[in-house]
Amino acid sequence: MAKKLVIEHLNAWFGAVQAIKDITIDIEENGVTAVIGPSGCGKTTFVRCLNRIHEVVDSARVSGRVMLDGIDIYSKTSDPVLVRRRIGMVFQKPNPFPTMSIFENVAAGLKLNGIKKKDRIADTVEQSLKNAALWDEVKDKLFKPATTLSGGQQQRLCIARTIAIEPEIVLMDEPASALDPISTARIEELIQQIKERYTIVIVTHNMQQAARVSDYTGFFLLGELIEFNRTSDIFTNPIDKRTEDYITGRFG
Amino acid sequence: MSSLSYLKRRAVNSLMLVLSYGSAMFGVAVLLLILLYTMARGASAINWDFFVRLPRPTGESGGGIANAIVGSFVVVGVASAIAIPIGIMAGIYLAEFGKNRLAPVVRYFADVLNGIPSIVAGIVAYTMVVLPMHEFSAFSGGVALSLLMLPIITRTSEELLKTVPDTIREAALALGIPRWKVTIFIVLRTALTGIITGIMLAVARVGGETAPLLFTAFNNSFMSLRLDQPISTMTVLIYNYASSPYRDWNEIAWGTAFVLIAIVLVVNIVSKLFTKAKYAL
Repeated sequence: MAKKLVIEHLNAWFGAVQAIKDITIDIEENGVTAVIGPSGCGKTTFVRCLNRIHEVVDSARVSGRVMLDGIDIYSKTSDPVLVRRRIGMVFQKPNPFPTMSIFENVAAGLKLNGIKKKDRIADTVEQSLKNAALWDEVKDKLFKPATTLSGGQQQRLCIARTIAIEPEIVLMDEPASALDPISTARIEELIQQIKERYTIVIVTHNMQQAARVSDYTGFFLLGELIEFNRTSDIFTNPIDKRTEDYITGRFG
Repeated sequence: MSSLSYLKRRAVNSLMLVLSYGSAMFGVAVLLLILLYTMARGASAINWDFFVRLPRPTGESGGGIANAIVGSFVVVGVASAIAIPIGIMAGIYLAEFGKNRLAPVVRYFADVLNGIPSIVAGIVAYTMVVLPMHEFSAFSGGVALSLLMLPIITRTSEELLKTVPDTIREAALALGIPRWKVTIFIVLRTALTGIITGIMLAVARVGGETAPLLFTAFNNSFMSLRLDQPISTMTVLIYNYASSPYRDWNEIAWGTAFVLIAIVLVVNIVSKLFTKAKYAL
């Protein structure tokens, strides 16, 4: 498999506080890479650096390189808007646009990126909702407010909204942590279904989830990458003592 | 628990409840009294002619206030055309791009502007528009009222834009949407129902202003739609007719006051309906 993202010596700060330290990691194309670790270990900050959304926060700062197909997304000539079109993101809490209908939510990224053809938008919305396993539940109420959906449905709507603009990479920041077990299972199934078309990086504090959905796993602790390997190796044969302690539940 | 302290607590509770209800009723009663009294005094002046005819000369009975109704809408329209776009854009600046040293200054000035007496806004418009144009005008009246609307709309827009959670901004940015489009088509749209309510309340507020119009829009006995000419307004008409010695003019003033209150009430009710819109945040 090819390397989709090559991350070299990535550091990130909030003001004077360093959130992640010298992370070097390769993300395989069409694989699912999980990022695990205890709360506050920098895993969310790490994925937020991969689509340049970290820098939106005041006082946030980044150094290091993130090569997307060989080109640094942090180079002077790189435009964060274009980076984000290629690297989509699903957030921890479902965040549909509250004043928009279900249809408009999925169409928003297309319309605001300059696509005007109505039939093309309608086709993409339908296909995205199908890919997000939400179509059957919402096809009769596409023009109802998105906020009328349940939390799990809202999160799948957010996934549909993200994949509607056809990104190459989908970042997921604990996408199921606010959801009940059934909705969580549906999201995990969905990840399995869409991973053939997208490269996925998923943050989770749920180790079973990482073991279930991912091909590669990185273990973060206090802003540092402790260990990165095939998921099967991380969970059966961890090299670092701290990784072993964490996955066996001795802390975290 | 001693029963004495329980009884005392219950008594104090009842007393406070009565005081709260009483105060609330007092507030409502004042509004109702104004409405009913104005209606009682003004109703006799109101008929179809009142809305479609022009004022008659002194001594002749009948006539209407069509020019003043139209004039008020023209002046408030001019004020809205100036204050709404500037106010919303200033609000966007403060809420979305205001993390610098200039923003607190702008916010402070807006608050001070909100507190100036309305007649001062009239003097400003008189000095800046009426004197250079050598003419009282509907436009200068609109400028005066826009000075009163501007801080209200700016601060309401700012506050409502700030209620839009950052997660919404991040969701939009993560779709690769440029910042300016995120601001206008996502953030502003999310806050829009509230902002419209704020605008309506600002319109209702300046629609009842008299002092700034006395020496800007001035007065006009005829129907006028020209922005560069003096224009009649309901509030100035009330002022002139209510202080006149003629009984029928006094009655027309009462009728006009009733029409004005009714319009303000309708604007308020419509803005309330807006906040209950299907897509409220």
